[in-house]
Amino acid sequence: MTKRISIDPITRLEGHGRIEIFLDDAGEVANVYFQVPELRGFERFCVGRAAEEMPVITSRICGVCPEAHHLASVKALDDLFLVEPPPAAKKIRELFYMAFFVTDHTTHFYALGGPDFILGPDAPPSERNLLGVIRKVGIDIGRKVIDCRKRNHEVIKTLGGRPIHPVGGVPGGWSKPVEEEQRRAIEEVARQNIGFALFSLDIFNKIVLSNRDYLDMVLSDSYLHKTYSMGTVDDGNRANFYEGLVRVVDPDGREFVKYSAGEYADHVAERVEPWTYLKFPYLKAVGWKGFVDGAGSGVYCATPLSRLNVSDGMATPLAQAEFERFYETLGEGKAGGRHRPVHHRLATHWARLIELLYASERMLELAADPEITRKEVRTIPDGRVKVTGGVGCVEAPRGTLTHHYVADAKGVLTKVNLIVGTTNNHAPISMSLKRAAEGVIGKGKPVTEGVLNRIEMAFRAYDPCLSCATHSLPGSMPLVVEVKAAEGRILQTIRRDDTGRVGGTPPFLRKAPGAEEESGS
Amino acid sequence: MAARPTLAIYWASSCGGCEIAFANLHDRLLDLDARFQLVFCPCLMDAKTKDLRSMPDGGIDITLFNGAVRTKENEEMAALMRRKSRVLVAYGACAAGGGVPALSNLSTAEEHFASIYLENPSIDNPARTLPREATRVPEGELRLPRFYERVKTLAQTVSVDYTIPGCPPEPQTIWNALVPFVQGGELPPAGAVLGAGRSSVCDECRKTRKDKKITSLGRFHEIAPDSETCLLEQGILCMGVATRDGCGALCPEVNMPCAGCYGPPEGVHDQGAKMAGALGAILEIETQKGRTAEEVCRRVDSLIRKVPDPVGTFYKFGLASSLLAGASRRRKAGTKE
Repeated sequence: MTKRISIDPITRLEGHGRIEIFLDDAGEVANVYFQVPELRGFERFCVGRAAEEMPVITSRICGVCPEAHHLASVKALDDLFLVEPPPAAKKIRELFYMAFFVTDHTTHFYALGGPDFILGPDAPPSERNLLGVIRKVGIDIGRKVIDCRKRNHEVIKTLGGRPIHPVGGVPGGWSKPVEEEQRRAIEEVARQNIGFALFSLDIFNKIVLSNRDYLDMVLSDSYLHKTYSMGTVDDGNRANFYEGLVRVVDPDGREFVKYSAGEYADHVAERVEPWTYLKFPYLKAVGWKGFVDGAGSGVYCATPLSRLNVSDGMATPLAQAEFERFYETLGEGKAGGRHRPVHHRLATHWARLIELLYASERMLELAADPEITRKEVRTIPDGRVKVTGGVGCVEAPRGTLTHHYVADAKGVLTKVNLIVGTTNNHAPISMSLKRAAEGVIGKGKPVTEGVLNRIEMAFRAYDPCLSCATHSLPGSMPLVVEVKAAEGRILQTIRRDDTGRVGGTPPFLRKAPGAEEESGS
Repeated sequence: MAARPTLAIYWASSCGGCEIAFANLHDRLLDLDARFQLVFCPCLMDAKTKDLRSMPDGGIDITLFNGAVRTKENEEMAALMRRKSRVLVAYGACAAGGGVPALSNLSTAEEHFASIYLENPSIDNPARTLPREATRVPEGELRLPRFYERVKTLAQTVSVDYTIPGCPPEPQTIWNALVPFVQGGELPPAGAVLGAGRSSVCDECRKTRKDKKITSLGRFHEIAPDSETCLLEQGILCMGVATRDGCGALCPEVNMPCAGCYGPPEGVHDQGAKMAGALGAILEIETQKGRTAEEVCRRVDSLIRKVPDPVGTFYKFGLASSLLAGASRRRKAGTKE
């Protein structure tokens, strides 16, 4: 009898994201579909808008990472209006962006991905959350996480005007210079961030890397996919989040292509499937070969892990040392002078912490740069509009983000194309879910609660904040799995509640009388 | 101590910013914890829809509903939340006025699909595949909720008791809105806007107004304003005069025009009409005295034409609830909703 398992998930998305697992007659996984049943239509309704409004409009794609859209948008406008921002403006933008990266990666490590490791994948669900982490490692750490989030949001507000949906970016620069007093305060925040990043890496080192079982799990085949990797690098091929060239390396680590933002459409194409509103980007030169990995498939990843894989190193000293340790620990030696890529998806958590450290160090460099307080922060566009349109790219926490605008002579938009961070990973996430499902379902084994977290972990490595794509939030992904007969009758329901694994979530959110299985939290 | 009021937060077609704004209450979250019991919030905790359905009707004291109604699923959840909630609040600009995504109402669903899935530069779709409500795959059938012809506000979908404005509402707005519910006593009159002021952003803006008339309007990216003077008086189309106060005039503080996210001030129904009226008053048309009405109109017209996208500028956050939404509906009369 054909069975169907609906993971209609992912509570934080309730209804906005869905996983359908089909089992064949023998009870083995026949196929897995990851559906995104949500669409708002920015690519259409931005047509007709005044181009300069886009940094404010497109930040509304995502309330979790509005900063990424805001910057991709102002960069697309620099290109569209043929204007070069003054040096101080570029530095302010990047400084603003580093503060954002610190908050975002911190949330993921402590509230989302980290608990699986810090507490263990088989810990009671009620413990596998931020509060469980705090219980295990101490209340002081909880305080550090909350303080980190707060101080960096304050920086975002100082520079960008608002803590959510900032407005500071304008074509040709930034709306306001940085005062010396502000600069000093931000420099202090950056110093605290570096300490916090090192501290976080130390936790990861002690709890995960020193534990043989965890390391074996990270290195296991269930969480392995050898795809192409994508990320942005500077002129020394070192990772950069704000600007550079997009570099793609093949599964063996050889450079496949390196291109500027404006050439993106020559290299990336998007496939449409009728059963999901979200598209599937892939490498055009390789082609779409279905949901498979390897050098013959155009599927690529754009994550913290892939960003390390495309980089020859990190541009700051502490992050560089950690980068080397990462590849020495998990890598398979060098080829052609570069580390071979790491393809273990769970290693993305470590990669994210290395990025946290880099963002903190880079933030300090920028905050300490005397040029950052210069008053020249705007180049006023002269009215020209680039006929072929403007393209802006940044590295969003969840992958390469591309905005492409075409406008008429008045600067009114006629075409808008967006390839957002998580969308890049739509195919890899689908594949990882299938592989994890194949590993834990079938062979006569019952589908138990334990199954759920193993499937989740495959997903979580990509950062379960599907913000831009499905409008999820950082948070846990408690699951309800229904095993149905093909005609729809429910054969078995497994619930797993673990309230509290929440980004910056206060204790009161744990109390949920509506959820019957929460007595443990 | 009496039982704390129960609170739910739900999102429909939204970006998540309203939830992040809630989380940005920071330390005050602990106060809220003492005063409210959060019972349903898919974004921050994992009580499921099933749990919600099993609650008695009216079992939730207050629901903050954010996001607009874009799909069939959003509509069903709005109806469910209405049934379960004693007080239903349209929380944030999308629930209140449709928000930025309501600009979508200027195009049909078909136009959206064409741009997004057929025409964009990176699309490779020779078979012209479009997402559809039901797809037969070899293993079974997959379903998607219907993408409606237009975006609706929450109040256009179900009855709504109050509104909290903002995209997103600033933390102090959220806090102020919830205070009446914990203080006890009389609740605000039905239909009230909670947590924000009653006048305009200009009243809380620190920039100086000189009541100067302006002779022309420019686009903000082509003007480097002085940071002391009213942006509108410098020819930048700042929506502050037609926007409710309560945010603290954050955008003008960094030299950027108010985009209007708090919606119209008290007693004003149409934000764009209010802005057009305000422009009429501030534009230098006195010199037109003695000319015909037609000439004066032409003068006003020529200034307004400097605004390349009046709809997107005047109704960036409220197209679904504006008078214009009606016009766009009529234009599409005959298309299936």
